[in-house]
Amino acid sequence: MNQEPSITKDAELLPSAVPFWRDPDKRAIVFQIVALLLVAVVSYYLFSNTQANLERQSIATGFGFLDKEAGFEIGESLIQYSAADSYADALLVGALNTVKVSFIGIVLTTILGTFIGIARLSSNWLVAKLAGGYIELMQNIPVLLQLFFWYAIFYESFPAPRQALNPFAGVFLCNRGLIFAVPEAHAAHAAMGWAFVAALAIGWGLNRWGRKRQARTGQMFPAVRVTIALVIGLPLLVWLGYGAPTAMDVPVLSGFNFKGGTTVSPEFAALLMGLVFYTAAFVAEIVRAGIQSVGRGQVEAAMSIGLFPGQVLHLVVLPQALRVIIPPMTSQMLNLTKNSSLAIAIGFADFVAVTNTTINQTGQAIEGVALIMLVYLFFSLSTSLFMNWYNKKMALVER
Amino acid sequence: MSAPTTTPTREYLKPPVTEVGVIGWLHANLFNSWFNSILTIAVLAVLWKLMPPFFSWAFVDSVWNSPAEACRDIDGACWSVIPQNISFIVFGFFPDGQQWRPGIAMLLLLGLVIYSKDTKHMKKSLFVYWTIGLVIMGTLMYGGVFGMPVVETDQWSGLPLTFMLALFGMVAAYPLGVLLALGRRSRMPAIKTLCVVYIEMIRGVPLISLLFMSSVMFPLFLPEGVTIDKVLRAQAAIILFTAAYIAEVVRGGLQAMPRGQFEAADSLGLNYNQTMRLIILPQALKIVIPPSLGILLSAFKDTSLVVIIALYDVLKTTKVTLSNPKWTGYSTEAYIVLAIFYFICCFAMSNYSRKLEKALHTGR
Repeated sequence: MNQEPSITKDAELLPSAVPFWRDPDKRAIVFQIVALLLVAVVSYYLFSNTQANLERQSIATGFGFLDKEAGFEIGESLIQYSAADSYADALLVGALNTVKVSFIGIVLTTILGTFIGIARLSSNWLVAKLAGGYIELMQNIPVLLQLFFWYAIFYESFPAPRQALNPFAGVFLCNRGLIFAVPEAHAAHAAMGWAFVAALAIGWGLNRWGRKRQARTGQMFPAVRVTIALVIGLPLLVWLGYGAPTAMDVPVLSGFNFKGGTTVSPEFAALLMGLVFYTAAFVAEIVRAGIQSVGRGQVEAAMSIGLFPGQVLHLVVLPQALRVIIPPMTSQMLNLTKNSSLAIAIGFADFVAVTNTTINQTGQAIEGVALIMLVYLFFSLSTSLFMNWYNKKMALVER
Repeated sequence: MSAPTTTPTREYLKPPVTEVGVIGWLHANLFNSWFNSILTIAVLAVLWKLMPPFFSWAFVDSVWNSPAEACRDIDGACWSVIPQNISFIVFGFFPDGQQWRPGIAMLLLLGLVIYSKDTKHMKKSLFVYWTIGLVIMGTLMYGGVFGMPVVETDQWSGLPLTFMLALFGMVAAYPLGVLLALGRRSRMPAIKTLCVVYIEMIRGVPLISLLFMSSVMFPLFLPEGVTIDKVLRAQAAIILFTAAYIAEVVRGGLQAMPRGQFEAADSLGLNYNQTMRLIILPQALKIVIPPSLGILLSAFKDTSLVVIIALYDVLKTTKVTLSNPKWTGYSTEAYIVLAIFYFICCFAMSNYSRKLEKALHTGR
């Protein structure tokens, strides 16, 4: 804490003058031993109680249950899964669903939040006030209530599949979710995916090379524009190379439900909407604060040395604003991931929901709760590791 | 150097009509560039499309307080779902005929909150008032004296439960949070590690996992024959959760204390306890009042999560009402009313926190 005055030195000189309970260093050791003992005793007490309770209820401990057959279906899954698979598979499905909703949620939240944050600063009175109203409204309503609200809209206000709303061709909206047409499966798609990845990699390399060359020669290289062209162009070329397949898998009403196309379930849609609308309000405030943190003089100075508006934004404003924006932004993204555990309330099979079912079926409460905590701790700790790395990288290099 | 002086013309030019008044305001705020003009028109068009149908749904075609049957024949909103079930939504399973007790308790709470709002009343006596108030509220809720029958905590539900979980969560978590913050700043490695591990672990997991722990794991921790009620277990989980967040806020306050304060206390010969109690904490805690209110705000919003472990807070009582076949299908209306309630509470709190920040900013 604070710098202790040099009592220790005196104590060395006059060992008998200071009894040990007056010596802060020795006292500290005693305190710590007492604290550790207390923790150990309480843990032992709880542990022995738990042992006794488990024995009485004849619940086996350990993670052996993971290999047993799960015996329950999961509504939506990114990988092949059936009730005959093991609990471990079911939990993996749940974890992937959590990752899915968090990832899509983070992307959408960043986009929406940035828009609203900028709108909040707009010189247009109407837009600024609407953005402000949105932020206040969303921040002050519990996210769980928002989830319930969107879910209720889906299953109560939207019609049955037979009377499905059809806002655009190939898009249907009903109480079974949002159903839309997707391109029919084709070998070209995988190749386009690889082309996209390759374009990103080349762009990254070009960016590095361009920066090095600029440092050496002073010549600029339009890396951003070239990268954008690559990212759009390469997959397009591959698509054309495969003969430009355009067949669409259009959903058709058959019986009581749609066949074909892709369905976004009401649970997933409601969860995503609730999380995105709620978190975007917080992100908007962060973005606003970040933009306002860059002094007006910075912009004026940049313009006075003859930079274009794009360069002012890219070279002067953004690097400084991002330093303020990124740390609270990551914690909001982490919040979104943690809040995705509310999926259980509206019946989306995320990790917590699947674990809860597992606990109810097997009685392995301790293992289940421990798994939930481990998975989320993994997310949080990896995020904070990233944050530390980022902060070091972005820290102001001062003279 | 003297320039030829001209007689100043005594003519006052009025500012152009496009720069003042309503037109000037419109010009400056809505139509100051072609982009903003397009934006304004687009926003107005969207509002024009959305607002009238919503308005007629909510206010024109709606019914406000009618039996469920009347709702089936209308196109608009059926707000009746709330007034017709108000006593269940607000008080839940609290026995009929005894509901005046939580009612008075909530009024008392409201009175205390309004009294505490004034910064002039923020002194030691406030703690005394709150302690007395909380004891009275607890007695009113639990009963057992003055001829009031005992109402077990598992019957506490609805709005009183929501308020109780948030308020006691905050009150009990605060001392724990301060201790954790002090521990985290301590120079003793064992204490520091314990506190850091606790804080980071709790902040890393969602509240849901702690609530699950309270509902399925706590019973296993207790010796045979001892049971703790579900409401209290959830309350404990909320306290443990909130304490970690308070600890971080308080740590911020402690870090803001200049080194000179510690050194001055040392040079006066104060020991650690005296330094903290008399010098550091009074200043640090004052700084962190506004962010602490922020935590109370999120604790209040987070209490709604107890729905998931089947406690009957105000959100759950609303859901139960909606699961009654008579009232099924009016979720939108009920949730909107509930959202307005939460919004008013939270908005008042965050507004107050902002004002307080200004009032307490004494400058250094």
